[in-house]
Amino acid sequence: MTLFAILFYAMAALVLLSTALAATRRNMVHAVLCLVVSFFGTAMLFYLLGAPFLAALEIIIYAGAIMVLFLFIIMMIRTDRQPDKIFTTGRLIAAGSICAVFLFALVGLTLEHPGGRDLLMAAQASPAEFGFYVFKYQWLSIEIVSMLLLVALIGALLLGLKLRRRSTDA
Amino acid sequence: MIVPYYHVIILAAMLFALGMFCTLARRNLIMILLGVEIMLNAAALAFVGAALQWQQMEGQAVVLFVLAVAAAEVSVGLALMVSIYRRSGSLDPDVRLTPAGKGAE
Repeated sequence: MTLFAILFYAMAALVLLSTALAATRRNMVHAVLCLVVSFFGTAMLFYLLGAPFLAALEIIIYAGAIMVLFLFIIMMIRTDRQPDKIFTTGRLIAAGSICAVFLFALVGLTLEHPGGRDLLMAAQASPAEFGFYVFKYQWLSIEIVSMLLLVALIGALLLGLKLRRRSTDA
Repeated sequence: MIVPYYHVIILAAMLFALGMFCTLARRNLIMILLGVEIMLNAAALAFVGAALQWQQMEGQAVVLFVLAVAAAEVSVGLALMVSIYRRSGSLDPDVRLTPAGKGAE
């Protein structure tokens, strides 16, 4: 058991625990904060798996931007009357069984497959190499993604504008 | 020399199942969106593991696009949630939207 392996399993346990906490919290602010911890753990896992640039992006975009956006919206909406139960029993059973079947199938398939038993070789893609690779071979995808972000920006702006017009009308 | 590849896949599968549970079971639109985020993150983890397993950079490039798609999805999704909340006064996915503005269950 190397230091890498110990770190990996510790981080995996942290990520699973904090994600499970996030999925079951009644208070949405607590859920988002648990998920921030989970994303920090995932960033550590990315680093261990040889992607330091993606680890930085995970912290900046996921934990930094997306979760803070969630926090903004939760504080803006301020739902005082929450449903008395966060799960209904029927839905809990249905969702639990679907997830159990999914997990059983995936873990079974993974264990069945003989490949992937040997240890991963430690390797690292430095940010410079990664950037060269992305802009040399994946430039079209980068352009498409930037268009997608522009569309999302305009879409969010349009939804917000409609909202304001309606509230000034009322 | 870290861990076997299938441990990474099993970890990603467990995270994905948690996200799926959050999406399917919760009665709050924001928590449903949060579950989708968890699932995207689990998929990204599987991709990074695969990139290391086969020593190919494609897996890491896909994660970059997953991050961008997650950001776009969240911005539009949360704008929709705010819009739904203003129209119906509730974030329950079971609530019915009415054109008049005041939603009624």
